[in-house]
Amino acid sequence: MSISPTSALSDAALQAAPSSKARGYWATVGRRLLRDKVSVACALILALIFLSALAAPWLGLADPYQGSMIRRLRHIGTAGYPLGTDELGRDMLARLIYGGRLSLIVGILPVILAFGIGTSLGLIAGYVGGKINTAIMRTVDVFYAFPSVLLAIAISGALGAGIVNSIVSLTIVFVPQITRIAESVTTGVRNMDFVEAARASGAGPFTIMRVHMLGNVLGPIFVYATGLISVSMILAAGLSFLGLGTKPPEPEWGLMLNTLRTAIYINPWVAALPGAMIFAVSIGFNLLSDGMRSAMDIRN
Amino acid sequence: MLAYILRRIVYVIPIVVSVALVCFMLVHITPGDPLVAILPADASQELASQLRIAYGFDRPLPVQFGLWLWKAVNGDLGHSIATGRPVLSEVMRAVGNTVTLAIAAAMIGFTLGLFFGLLAGYFRDTWVDKVATSIAIAGVSVPHYWLGMVLVIIFSVQLNWLPAVGAGPGGSGAWGWDWEHIRYLVLPAVTTSVIPMGIVTRTVRALTGDILSQDFVEALRAKGLRETHVFRHVIKNAAPTAMAVMGLQLGYMLGGSILIETVFSWPGSGLLLNSAIFQRDLPLLQGTILVLALFFVFLNLMVDIAQAAIDPRIKRS
Repeated sequence: MSISPTSALSDAALQAAPSSKARGYWATVGRRLLRDKVSVACALILALIFLSALAAPWLGLADPYQGSMIRRLRHIGTAGYPLGTDELGRDMLARLIYGGRLSLIVGILPVILAFGIGTSLGLIAGYVGGKINTAIMRTVDVFYAFPSVLLAIAISGALGAGIVNSIVSLTIVFVPQITRIAESVTTGVRNMDFVEAARASGAGPFTIMRVHMLGNVLGPIFVYATGLISVSMILAAGLSFLGLGTKPPEPEWGLMLNTLRTAIYINPWVAALPGAMIFAVSIGFNLLSDGMRSAMDIRN
Repeated sequence: MLAYILRRIVYVIPIVVSVALVCFMLVHITPGDPLVAILPADASQELASQLRIAYGFDRPLPVQFGLWLWKAVNGDLGHSIATGRPVLSEVMRAVGNTVTLAIAAAMIGFTLGLFFGLLAGYFRDTWVDKVATSIAIAGVSVPHYWLGMVLVIIFSVQLNWLPAVGAGPGGSGAWGWDWEHIRYLVLPAVTTSVIPMGIVTRTVRALTGDILSQDFVEALRAKGLRETHVFRHVIKNAAPTAMAVMGLQLGYMLGGSILIETVFSWPGSGLLLNSAIFQRDLPLLQGTILVLALFFVFLNLMVDIAQAAIDPRIKRS
């Protein structure tokens, strides 16, 4: 009974010390990020794309599934069709905005899943070390023996076309990458003095991992994952472009690019529009990741 | 050096076996029997069990893997279901075209990447740096299959300068290094080159900046060395890492060519993979992925060895 107040005190001290320090750090990073014009611009453009995709049904757009045989492949700027119509006469503006829904989910969800799985695996491998580290990291090495595009296409090719399968295959591609980053960052942090101090004061491995390691490890992994969304958007749309992802008539940027390919001789610039959306999202996340990396590098 | 090479090769063996295992399992993660893909829809139960025995699908998986691996080691990757030809010869013929494309793209991408990267590293935080890094970031962010389409729209549809698809006049004949053939290579090679260009630029920029801020550069300048000589030292110090990155990029171009080859109907391994997927030609799918992955592993091994050869510090670690 006599030890319980002391352990509660030390627990509180353990919780308070890093979190108040972490708040200060993240506030600094946030301030630095807000000063970076490029990052702010990217965040605004991405927010616009996200919000319009989310609010698509309430924006008064045309029906993205409603085609018309007599209004096929209208040019950009046609009255009533600001961005023209596709090969089945469907309004391109509506399809591009609605297309954001599936495209963003299929592009971002694999990174979120891989972030969760990979961070856990890397944290365990880096903190526990020994045989468990070897087992996890050697398995990861096997996946590094495949170029990521090839691995993604091989797995979704074997699983068959479909949204779920393409999310699964991209997650499998990204888990090893995040695991590797998480493991190397964790190994670096593990050997620092404050972790040693926590261990000496009697903190168990889970407390150390959760309280002392996670906060220090998440930053670099988060920056990496943000950049990975850029790759994921390109690959996810690429799978649909090949016919391995979304199925028609769903609006999705990669699939739209695929079905419009035959139209490049008739109405080339309308055919190129869905790719411009993928490009915008991809470059946005890449620049944001760069901005975060330099904002977090406080020493400079 | 020999000991280092042998050690690297020993490390690679378990990787190669695991890669083969992944390729083998690809066919078996498909829900249902792999036979479904080859069996006609109205096949009788009897025919199905005959085929299952003929293909060896009735045996336990580890035995199947062992047999498949043994055959693969002896150069037998089975026969394509669609064409009936041996998978290995189909893949090898296609890989030749992919290598042509990758080398052309590497020449463009690496040259530009080194150039932009050195410029950006030398003129850090000036407008030169900003322009070069913007090009690099656009290169790594662009969906390359879309860039291919845009280039086709500009140079084939609108200007009519270059052909949009294929690898030579009159379909897929023999490749030759004359303008009649190179015309077909320009657009796919430029499209393929943007990602390596971006990555090499970013790597070389970071390396150059890092090296230039080190004390020894200061010492060299203080010693009175001319800037061209300092530059030689920068190159020498940047070379191992830059080479490793370029080697990896070459591997990615060889293995990840499916999207670009699909856009340009370039008759390489990517296009072969594409048709294998959509015809459910499982032996061809398995074989193509295995060959491409082994290429990649081999290239990584070469990069490691080359890196150790020019940078003795690596051997010791």
